[in-house]
This record gives sequence, structure tokens and C-alpha cells, in this order.
Amino acid sequence: MPGITREEVAHLARLARLELQAEELDHFAEQLDDIIGAVARVSDVADEDVPPTSHPLPLTNVMRADEVRPSLTPQQALSGAPAQEQQRFKVPQILGEE
Amino acid sequence: MTVTELVSYEDALASYEPVMGLEVHVELGTATKMFCGCSTALGAEPNSQTCPTCLGMPGSLPVVNATGIESAVRIGLALNCKIAEWCRFARKNYFYPDMPKNFQTSQYDEPIAFDGYLDVEVEGETFRVEIERAHMEEDTGKSTHVGGATGRIHGASHSLLDYNRAGIPLIEIVTKPIVGAGDRAPEVAKAYVAELRELIKALGVSEARMEMGQMRCDVNLSLRPKGQEKFGTRSETKNVNSLRSVERAARYEIMRHAAVLGDGGTIVQETRHFHEDDGSTTSGRVKEEAEDYRYFPEPDLVPVAPSREWVEELRNTLPELPRVQRQRLKAEWGLSDHEMQSVLNAGAIPSIVATIEAGAAADQARKWWMGELARRANEDGVELSALPITPAQVARVAALVSEGSLNDKLARQVIEGVLAGEGDPDTVVEKRGLKVVSDDSALGAAVDEAIAGNQAVADKIRGGKVQAAGALVGAVMKATRGQADAARVRELILERLGGQG
Repeated sequence: MPGITREEVAHLARLARLELQAEELDHFAEQLDDIIGAVARVSDVADEDVPPTSHPLPLTNVMRADEVRPSLTPQQALSGAPAQEQQRFKVPQILGEE
Repeated sequence: MTVTELVSYEDALASYEPVMGLEVHVELGTATKMFCGCSTALGAEPNSQTCPTCLGMPGSLPVVNATGIESAVRIGLALNCKIAEWCRFARKNYFYPDMPKNFQTSQYDEPIAFDGYLDVEVEGETFRVEIERAHMEEDTGKSTHVGGATGRIHGASHSLLDYNRAGIPLIEIVTKPIVGAGDRAPEVAKAYVAELRELIKALGVSEARMEMGQMRCDVNLSLRPKGQEKFGTRSETKNVNSLRSVERAARYEIMRHAAVLGDGGTIVQETRHFHEDDGSTTSGRVKEEAEDYRYFPEPDLVPVAPSREWVEELRNTLPELPRVQRQRLKAEWGLSDHEMQSVLNAGAIPSIVATIEAGAAADQARKWWMGELARRANEDGVELSALPITPAQVARVAALVSEGSLNDKLARQVIEGVLAGEGDPDTVVEKRGLKVVSDDSALGAAVDEAIAGNQAVADKIRGGKVQAAGALVGAVMKATRGQADAARVRELILERLGGQG
């Protein structure tokens, strides 16, 4: 039976740049464990004759020609940005790198 | 920061054997991005080439670029790889603002091409570099860090993102561990990247200009004590962006690893930054494990299944491989290894080949591209192919020289005129009045004048010293501002002074 530990939740939170409190870690570990357990039941049902599926449609090779289509204007692209500067998306200090 | 006392290169190699892995990212020269129709043109205004897909807006759906797939298959074939019959894209999840989607669309355990090799030459010997895989992915956005020292992320107060580059197709080419290169490991690394660049250019899938970031290299390196089977821990030096730097980075890491290991220390598996100024590397971040990226198959893209017929069709479009072409041209042009290397280093092969195809003799084509034009390209800091003169125009200049209408000096002036935008060679000849004068009546007067002004020389020639004629030819050339037909002038001088030609 797969499960998830409190330490794994803390690690995932770090990867996702989320700051979780001790009680939140306990809370989410329990919830995520339930979810993973529920999804894992699919494996119990699916036998070897059911291949893993990543896409519901039996399609391959859906491609587009290499032809330029209109882009958004910079104003449209930036319209949802919480902050911008010099026509660029402005993001807070990037921590934990270098 | 602790400064590592390096071990000399020779001492390092006396005790350890280097093992390298090279990861090269090539930006494809497609018109549009990998998964959307946004333009990839350089130099556009910030965030003017984005759309809901490459900005990662909810509800947007990617569709893969057919030319991107085709380029990936052609690169794979040129690298002697097997082409997957069926493969998928995968999401590489990480939280960093250079990708607004919070993942990079890449390939994980199902690369489109795998198990190949590329033969490279190092000092006349062939070294086979095995290819692990070539997979498709996309480039990230461009960050500008504000508020810190000299644009570094360290100490920055905030960062600004331009997503024009986010989504541009990349092919990542990964070697298998390169063993057995010994003290030539840095040279092999450089030769491999150089050969790969030539190959990519020959395929026409990218201009592969390293200085423009169109091709970037990560150098993974570890040392193992001589005689030991197990690989040591590796470091990954990121974004080494010139051929010379690839060699220097490998060399530096060999010396650094040897120093750490020799002191009884351990190598930390980490990314490192290369510094162009002194050729050193410094510690970057501790490497995330592959599982930290939580790869999973991309549900928004359907699998890619290149039919065997299509793959064979593409195989037939492969050009002659650069290494094979170089060997052929070297023989055809009658060049030494050294001369051929100069032509290659100057990036002159395509121009010379095209000039020969336009009718010029090989030695003439090479002479102009490697001489006058290489000098100009160097002065202007541009590639030879970027000079505003076509191979056909160079061939025309060569033709005018060989038919005797121009001499070399005039030909250089014609080339100068073409480069200055005065028109094609014939137009420049016309406008500047640059024809060689070989008409006897026009030359005769100049010859008589030269004889009259140099009686002492004339007497020598009369006395049989034919080689003295050179001085009079020089005088005539000067008087005619270089436009006289030197051979005819010499004949006229000898006729008049009774010497034998």
C-alpha cells in the first residue's frame, strides 16, 4: 500500500516553494495519504492486460505546420500580471538559488 | 568562499582518469515555437511573442510543431541514433519564474532518438563519442535580475521576465560517459562540440551560434583513481558557451577534482558556474534529484510515432556529413591538414563551395574568402557568410581576374565596392573605371616614359639583365594607378630594350 510520509510532504512543499507550518504538514500528510490510497485502488482493479494510459484518445502525430500565428500584444500578455516593469513580468526576489 | 588549491594538470592525470558527459542544447531555427504559433524571431520587443499557451494560461492547449519533430529525427539520424517508434512528451515540474507553466515540456524516459555516436578528430586521430539520447524540449524565458551587483541573481531585489524565448524548440543531446580519453579529455570535449555544431549547421536545423546562445553546453566531469571501475561523483558545469570554454572548463574541473580528492575530500554533486575571465568554476546549487522534478507523461500532447517510411524519407534528406565532406574537399582542393583546419576555423567552407559551384576555380575561391574577405569579416566582427557579397559575385570577380580584365589589386577594389553596396562586380568595374589597361597604344606611352625616367635600369636590361625589368614594370603600374596589365607591360619593355622575355 503506497502512502506518503510527513517528511515527503515537507520535501514536496520545499520543491513547490510553500512554507507549511508543523500542524499543516500533519494535516496535509493525512489528506494526501487518503487521496493516494484512493487512487492506488485503480491499480488493484487494473490487471496486466490494462496498459498505463496517459491520454484518453487513441491518437498519435497530431502536429501543426511551422507557420507563425499572431501573438498577444505585450499589453495583453501583461494584463493579468500582478506587477510589471519595463514591459516585463516583475517577480519577487528569487530565493534559495545560488 | 574557500579557494581550492589546484593540482597541476599533469599530476591530476598521473593519478586519475577523467570521465565526461556532455549535454548540448541546440535551439532549432524553426519559424515558430515548439508548442504554439508564436514567432521565434530574435530582437523583438519584450513579451511581444507570447500567447496563452506559452504563458501557461489555464485552458490553453499545446500542439507540437511538425518541423520541430522533423528536425529532431534528422539530428537523431545524423548522430547514428535509433528513432523511437513511439514516444511521449513529459512534464518536468519545477517552480521557477523562467517558465510560467511551472513545468518545462520535455521528454523523460522515451526520447525520440537514442543509442548513437559521433566520430570526432583529435590531432588526426578519430575518437568515437557515444550518444545516449537526443530529446525534444523547450527553452525558458529570459530573466533580468534587478538591484544586485552586475545583474546577478545574488542580492537582487526582484527579477523581470520576458517570455519571448519561452517555448522555443530545443533539442538536448546527451553523450554516454566518455571514458578512455585520458589527458585529451578536454580536447575531445571541444572537438565533440565543434563537430556537433558543424553537423547541426550542415543539417540546416539551426545556425548553432554559441555566442548567441543557440547552442549551449553543460560539461559533466568526474575522476576515478586509475584502475578503478566505479565512476567518481560528478560536477555539472552549466552553460559553457564557446568551444574554448568547453576545453577550459573540463581542464579546470580535472584539476579541481584532483585537488579535492587528493586531500581526502569528497566531490559534492552540484551544478557549477563557469567564469570566462579566469577559466574557473564556482559552486552553484546542489543538484535536484530527477525524482524531484516529478516527471509524468504530458496529458495535453498525444504521442509521437514517426512511421518507418517517414524516417527513411528523412534519412534520404541527410547531407554529406561535415567530417566526410572535409576529407573530400581537402583532397579535391589539394590542401594540407593545417590549411583545411584554417578554412574550417574561418567558417569558410560553405562560401568557398558555393563560389566554386558558381564557376570559380578552387584555389581562387579559397584565396578570396580566406584572404580579403576573411580580413574584412574579422574587422567587422561578423561571420563570413554575413558579409554583403554573394558567392556568385566572388566567382565573377575571380572570372574577371582569370580573363585578365582585372588584376589582384583591382579585384580587391571591386570587392571593396561590392561590400560598400555599390552594386555587383561588373557595375563596380564600370562605375570606378577599374579595367586593366592592356591596349598597347595606351600602355606604350607609359612604358616609354618609364624607360626615359630610369635610364640606368634600361641600360642594365639592354646589357642582358632581364630581371631588372621588374623595376620598370613597377614604375608603369604606379603611373597607371595599378590598372596596367603587368604581363603585357613586361613584354613591351623587353621588346623596346631588346632583352629576352
